[in-house]
Amino acid sequence: MKVSRGEKIFNIMNIIIMIIVIIATLYPFLYLTAISFSSEKYVYAGEITLLPKGFTMKTYQVLLSEKLFWISYKNTIVYTLVGTFISLFLSTLLAYPLSKKHLKGRGIILGLVVFTMFFSGGLIPTYLLVNALGMRNTIWAVVIPGAINTYYVIVMKTFFEGLPVELEEAAAIDGMNTYGILLHIVLPLSMPMMAAMTLFYAVGMWNNWFGPFIYLDKRELFPAALYLRNIIAGAQQTAVSSGSNIGDLEQIEATVKSAAMILTALPIIMVYPFLQKYFVKGVMIGSLKG
Amino acid sequence: MNVEVTNKEFIELPSMNEKSNFKKTLKAIRKDWQLYSLLILPLAHYLIFRYIPMYGNIIAFRKYYPGGPVYGSEWVGLRYFKMFLTDPTFWNVFKNTVILGLEYLVISFPFPIVFALLLNELHNQLFKRFTQTVSYLPHFISVVIVAEMIIELLSPSRGVVNIILKHFTGNTINFLAEPAWFRTIYIVSGIWQEMGWGAIIYLAALSNINPELYEAAIIDGANKWQQIRYITIPGIMPTIMILLILNIGNLMNSAFEKILLLYNPLTYETADVISTYLYRMGLEMNNFSYAAAIGMFESIIGLILLGTANYISKRLTETSLW
Repeated sequence: MKVSRGEKIFNIMNIIIMIIVIIATLYPFLYLTAISFSSEKYVYAGEITLLPKGFTMKTYQVLLSEKLFWISYKNTIVYTLVGTFISLFLSTLLAYPLSKKHLKGRGIILGLVVFTMFFSGGLIPTYLLVNALGMRNTIWAVVIPGAINTYYVIVMKTFFEGLPVELEEAAAIDGMNTYGILLHIVLPLSMPMMAAMTLFYAVGMWNNWFGPFIYLDKRELFPAALYLRNIIAGAQQTAVSSGSNIGDLEQIEATVKSAAMILTALPIIMVYPFLQKYFVKGVMIGSLKG
Repeated sequence: MNVEVTNKEFIELPSMNEKSNFKKTLKAIRKDWQLYSLLILPLAHYLIFRYIPMYGNIIAFRKYYPGGPVYGSEWVGLRYFKMFLTDPTFWNVFKNTVILGLEYLVISFPFPIVFALLLNELHNQLFKRFTQTVSYLPHFISVVIVAEMIIELLSPSRGVVNIILKHFTGNTINFLAEPAWFRTIYIVSGIWQEMGWGAIIYLAALSNINPELYEAAIIDGANKWQQIRYITIPGIMPTIMILLILNIGNLMNSAFEKILLLYNPLTYETADVISTYLYRMGLEMNNFSYAAAIGMFESIIGLILLGTANYISKRLTETSLW
């Protein structure tokens, strides 16, 4: 097939646009990385644009001795592991029965579940409830209230509906009960979808700072995202002076700040490209039922 | 699957009169009790963390005393609603919410569509995959880090934007202290973060278009532009409409966390929106009832917007959410 002149020009333009998109997307990350490896004097002189100046690892050494950062980093790992497990557990328990179209009352349950996507109780009643339940200053305030994402449940339900029934039926005839079927037949068949859900929930928990911000008062409980937020709040000098969780964090330099950001983003940056195939499919399943 | 199960029921229950309906239900529940048992925990979660807070909005009609009942006790009717409806600050944040939501929708909405169309035209599969992978990255990054990137890039003393600005104009701008700049920062960073991710759905829709349509069009002598205009765009139109409805329904839901991280009293004039005002009133000043009244108002407007958008789309394009 011959390619016309116009098309050739279009193709070249298209590649140029895409390269611009790639640069614009990556630049802020490179910029923060450059700051984190630069000497402070060049950073404050405003001389960093793309590459580090006065290359140094000192910043990362300073960060290594920042005990509170590592405590919060450890907290993030714990919250992410526990939270992701709870989320996947509850979402699967909900999505699997709802994928059985013969189930009596399915329509009503589905309606009640989906309704929460369009209308929610809101911040204040939820906040008061979580406090009243005595979850304040515990890991549970972080991992329980938002454990189930309705949108993901719909995605999982749609996926389960698409699985071949024959295997489940055969297992049932062999005397396997529903729990066994779910655990030994359905879940192994759903691994690609579960991988996507794991990524979505884990990223959500890894990045979560607002829940911890309103429910946790003790610094030793803060996740890394909240630790970073407090640095920003200090730098922005917008924080309400009565807030107890800012204090000396204000003093942290731009270089250390950037290093902490990079270290917090790094695990996600390293993992998500390998799960791309799965999460793209996850989004596509969701788009069918929207 | 459905058919088979129903068949079984027919065999087990030969008499299909009305009396046996109840029995049939009971039997179905007994047969599926294990499935129902799975639902107990997640439904309890929905009841406690979704429906109780929904009921908890009753606090908007009650006076709250610290240490008293969770959702207040003394009935005060519409007092808090009257309070915020006559509060000029509320109307300013309301206006900000609508303007920010509308501007963001109108400006950002085409980006993922155009991006998906352009990606679709790339011939080198490796380059296409690489571009896609990179474009998803910002979606996975914490809003805290995104906010910090913005702060660093725009820093008046050392940020790269101001370095360039100073080079060309000799002046610097303290972007995050200027109300006039807030919306631009909000919109540009939103596009930066979500364009690639938003394109996934359109790419899926594009891959569902029958390739024979293009072959036929090429035989008829249609050029690239005509193919896009008459095949591609109509092919992804239902997806565009669904996302437009959803986005209109979400018009009032500003990126609350991002605003909270980026605004300050200097920029309240344009940056303060309903959710941030509600947050300050509720969680910083402990006016729970007042904040809950605002929250209820916001949710109801969201529901009305979604319903209206859905209705209009149903009438005009026969595409709808329900």
